[in-house]
Amino acid sequence: MSELYKVAIIGSGPAGMSAAAHAARKGLSHVLLEKTDHLSDTIFRYQKGKHVMATPAVLVLRADCQFEAGKREKILDQWNTDVKAAGVNVKFNAEVKAITGEKGAFTIELTRGEPIRAENIVLAIGTQGNPNRMRCEGANLPHVQYQLDDPGEYTDEHITVIGGGDAGIENAMGLIADAGQNNSVTLLNRGADFPTAKKPNVDGLLAARDAGRIKVMAETQAALIEDGWLTVDTPQGQTRYRCDRIIARMGAAPPRAFIESCGITFASPDRTAFPILSPTFESTKPGIYVIGALAGYPLIKHCMNQGYDVVEFISGNTALEPADEPLLVAKLKALPGSRSVSDWLEFLRSRVEILNGLSPLQMREFLLDSEVRAYRPGDAVFIRNEQGSSLFGIADGSVKVEVDPSNPNITVPIGEGSIFGEVGLISGRKRGATIRAAEPTICVEIPRMAALKLMSQVPQARETVNRITTERQVLQIFKSGLTPADIQEVLATSEVIEVRPGEPIIKEGDISDDLYIIRSGSMIVEKDLGGKPVFMSYVPAGSYSGEMAMIERAPRVATVKAAIRSTVVKLPADPFRRLLSRKPELAKRMYDEMRARKEVNEFIESQKEQFGGAVDMYSSVANFLIKQGIGEATDVLLIDESLCVGCDNCERACADSHDGLSRLNREAGTTFANIHVPTSCRHCEHPHCMSDCPPNAIRRGPDGEVFINETCIGCGNCQRACPYGVIQMDKPPPKKPPLWEWMLFGKGPGPGQPSYEWRKKAAKAEGGESPKLAIKCDMCSGKAGGPACVRACPTGAAIRVSPDAFLSVARIEKVT
Amino acid sequence: MSQVGGHTERVRHRTHEGFLRHRSFFWAQVATALCVVVVGVYFFVARDLAEPPNGGSWLGYLLGTMSAGLIVWLACLGVRKRVITAGHYSLKAWVSAHVYLGLSLTILATLHTGFQFGWNIHTLAYVLMMAVIVSGALGVWAYATLPQRLHGNRGETTRRQMLDTIGSLDAQLHEAAQPLDRAAADVVRLSIEQTDLGGSFWKRLTQSYGDCANRRALARLRALPAPGSAVQAEALTKVESLMQQKADALSLARRQMGITALLEAWLFVHIPATFALLAALIAHIVSVFAYW
Ligand SMILES: Cc1cc2nc3c(=O)[nH]c(=O)nc-3n(C[C@H](O)[C@H](O)[C@H](O)COP(=O)(O)OP(=O)(O)OC[C@H]3O[C@@H](n4cnc5c(N)ncnc54)[C@H](O)[C@@H]3O)c2cc1C
Ligand code: HEM
Ligand code: SF4
Ligand code: SF4
Repeated sequence: MSELYKVAIIGSGPAGMSAAAHAARKGLSHVLLEKTDHLSDTIFRYQKGKHVMATPAVLVLRADCQFEAGKREKILDQWNTDVKAAGVNVKFNAEVKAITGEKGAFTIELTRGEPIRAENIVLAIGTQGNPNRMRCEGANLPHVQYQLDDPGEYTDEHITVIGGGDAGIENAMGLIADAGQNNSVTLLNRGADFPTAKKPNVDGLLAARDAGRIKVMAETQAALIEDGWLTVDTPQGQTRYRCDRIIARMGAAPPRAFIESCGITFASPDRTAFPILSPTFESTKPGIYVIGALAGYPLIKHCMNQGYDVVEFISGNTALEPADEPLLVAKLKALPGSRSVSDWLEFLRSRVEILNGLSPLQMREFLLDSEVRAYRPGDAVFIRNEQGSSLFGIADGSVKVEVDPSNPNITVPIGEGSIFGEVGLISGRKRGATIRAAEPTICVEIPRMAALKLMSQVPQARETVNRITTERQVLQIFKSGLTPADIQEVLATSEVIEVRPGEPIIKEGDISDDLYIIRSGSMIVEKDLGGKPVFMSYVPAGSYSGEMAMIERAPRVATVKAAIRSTVVKLPADPFRRLLSRKPELAKRMYDEMRARKEVNEFIESQKEQFGGAVDMYSSVANFLIKQGIGEATDVLLIDESLCVGCDNCERACADSHDGLSRLNREAGTTFANIHVPTSCRHCEHPHCMSDCPPNAIRRGPDGEVFINETCIGCGNCQRACPYGVIQMDKPPPKKPPLWEWMLFGKGPGPGQPSYEWRKKAAKAEGGESPKLAIKCDMCSGKAGGPACVRACPTGAAIRVSPDAFLSVARIEKVT
Repeated sequence: MSQVGGHTERVRHRTHEGFLRHRSFFWAQVATALCVVVVGVYFFVARDLAEPPNGGSWLGYLLGTMSAGLIVWLACLGVRKRVITAGHYSLKAWVSAHVYLGLSLTILATLHTGFQFGWNIHTLAYVLMMAVIVSGALGVWAYATLPQRLHGNRGETTRRQMLDTIGSLDAQLHEAAQPLDRAAADVVRLSIEQTDLGGSFWKRLTQSYGDCANRRALARLRALPAPGSAVQAEALTKVESLMQQKADALSLARRQMGITALLEAWLFVHIPATFALLAALIAHIVSVFAYW
């Protein structure tokens, strides 16, 4: 029987490696198992020469391997040296496929070689998962690869890229980028279209195909791989063609299934959930510890610190003070009452309802992301119409909500333990009311990402937030002095429904009379006029729809369907009608609003008779914009091509007001009826780019702008996540000589983004290395005059609009 | 329609209005009012003056100062356009005022002359000013009519893509020419190596590409004797179709450059004439005071 190790560490990323190094230094019997033939595969696979960042800067590193910001190569070399120096017992090419047994006697099965036995296991396999493999005959041949490190490496080859997602398309485009390499590249796509890839990628691919630079085979699958040849199944039958290399990019399977098979429970079925862990990183399977990205800590420094800590815990040191202690001390210092960090954690956890279900470890992490603040009576926590997407919990005291903007004396209280700010959290729109402290109050402010994480980890928190959200949203939308007690009957039968894009919630002509509240996303209203659906209006999140049929007890007069993926709350008609009869003020309000909406509809209908063309135009422009994703935008740049003279002053202005890099590509993008949607950020209601940012660097600013702050580590996740292709990875060019020198003596590159050649030369002269970071439009945040692109357009072609303002009937008058 | 809240934003230019219609023709109204007042005063005052109200009279001084001030301000547009500051300006508003106030100069400055022209520096300044104004008017015509053509021509293709297309057609031509004999290969080389995309500004503006190497190559290719082998015949057909594609791509790109040139052509008068005008204006003012 093989040796029984005290601890087996699976995965040699920053987390596992640091754990192994500390175990070795402590003289613990250990083994480090790594799937590949080198340490730390995730970092190994970063782009060559990538500048790796060591954030958060304030966090001290506590590990037996060194780490500071620098080039990927340097860091990997350093770690190889450190691991050797510590005397780590590492086994390469040891992919773990199953774990059986119990604490004290686990058996770890590998895909190759003898099983390994250990008393404890540290799981540090990261979140990259395994690439999906090819299954056809010949899939094991050496010229089949699942990654492309450097497209410049291959010349004069027949290469087939398999997979029509972004990774596959980007690889294929990389291989043909330089015609001099003379590769002949084919891309195989299983489906007919490219639904998962970003539009700019697809456009680029199709343009390259039309230009004859690449062959794209749709609805095609590999059937047989031979040396130098590939046979594929196409809709027309099988064909065999030359192929020296296959690059398969068919997605990756997340490691969750494997982890669950080890007996570890996740916090929820949510795709984004993490395993449930104790304060010592122990999972629900005693003896198996989970650290690193897999535990929900995606920064290298966190990972390395946890490697150290977990080994301390396993060897019995439970009194270890966490490395983030000084951070928390600093964060809580300014608060009244001298409590210790752990007292504060317990104070907040026990008092704020949605935090009740958190473990002390989760509380620590949670507090690192959040802020705790004390307010004096009358202090504003936030102001009506401010942009904000964070959630607040009241740990002590109470606040009052100014429900009536015209009279700040009309307030509704919210007490200790409850939450507020949840509407902004869910719909990403502006704050609906001013909230002030009613007495000395302590609140914790939870940023949107941390709040979403909390909701996905703690089901109880999610239910609480959902319940409170619906109640408050109903109160806020209908106002009219309603109190929570008034609407309990309506809420009791309400239902939260997810709607897919294009799916109707109301169909014209139907006999149904429920009312809908749009919680997130947006809806479009269409009416059949002369056999054609005509766009009537756009309903953003935070509004309601369906009141006409409810009030008038008549069939539906229009179709209401989702512009993007949305969440709506259905309020059944009967309890609502009873509410109306009890509350005449509400009835009047809804009646007035209904009349206003009807007028809009009638206006469009009458225009349709007289100016059919204008209305059709309005309708098709609206549909075009919705198709371009305007339904999830909060603020989008449009260019009126009947005014644009192509001077590119907008791009130059953008570059000159942002470190010399333009965040907008005027020419690229789609056009319909003079309206051009250039490639530029739309400041989405729910920004996709925010979803997976390790340092949580993407934020929403006071004017609704989505911006990236200085903690960006340049990982490129946001660039991949944005469906509109508006994020670039780049480093700011060197400083230009002042403008007057250019005007008078022609010095430097002049206004706008300097050419690549100039940048290269100037950067060389300047020396030094700077990382490529994510850059995108920040809507000229902080500039008093507003977005520079619009201000700098000489003809008024460039405009920035919010969809609800732009898609209004005023457009019809414009066209006629 | 119910909406959450109003706007808290910083200044935003959300109105969808071109520079000519800016603020419902506000600057057109200002300029017209200015002209009406000035013309009224001129004819009212002129009756009572001893000499004709040229630059020397008090009215002349007034009109002269106004015109000179206006000219300097109009010339400042060139700076405003390039200095991107964070403040509240809008270039559209500037251009709108520029156009209408610039046009009003035709009245202001003409009245300033008192209709006294001659072969001197004063009249030169006037002529230069009129040249700037006329070219400006041409510019307005260009701005009002050409954008439709500019964007209609390119559809959704960007300049980069146009260049890439031509580049990749060249690469394909190179590949397809491999089996060809010497004479045919030379023709292909002519197309790949000698084709000049844009050329001088004049060439772009007038679209005179009669001597285009790709066009010549295509003509020579068609005149070649029938090839010896089937492989060569096939290659020749391929090359011909690629060259035809290249001709199409070239004419798309050239048309784009042509319209862009047309959009800029008037500036080649407007800007140099502005500099000349500023110089002449200084000379005019200095000489007036020197003779005084
Ligand atoms: C492009 C990019 C750039 C980034 N840049 C930065 C940065 O600048 N700064 C920063 O702090 N963070 C950065 N990050 C985040 C950081 O790289 C990761 O969060 C971190 O590597 C996670 O460490 P880990 O140890 O948890 O897992 P990983 O580093 O993912 O390591 C897991 C290891 O486990 C191995 N493994 C997996 N499955 C098995 C198995 N079944 N058996 C055996 N071994 C297995 C893998 O081969 C791998 O070596 C970046 C991420 C990306 C994708
Ligand atoms: C004496 C009078 C004028 C002077 C000194 C003047 C000067 C200038 C200058 C310096 C520019 C900047 C060009 C550049 O840098 O790109 C400009 C632009 C322009 N001018 Fe004039 N101008 C005058 C009158 C007019 C008039 C009368 C018109 C119209 C009828 C006009 C229309 C324009 C237009 C349309 C632009 C382009 C704006 C842009 O694209 O940014 N100008 N002018
Ligand atoms: S709004 Fe500002 S940052 Fe955004 S594209 Fe325009 S100039 Fe650039
Ligand atoms: S960068 Fe973010 S906010 Fe902007 S368009 Fe892309 S996903 Fe939306």
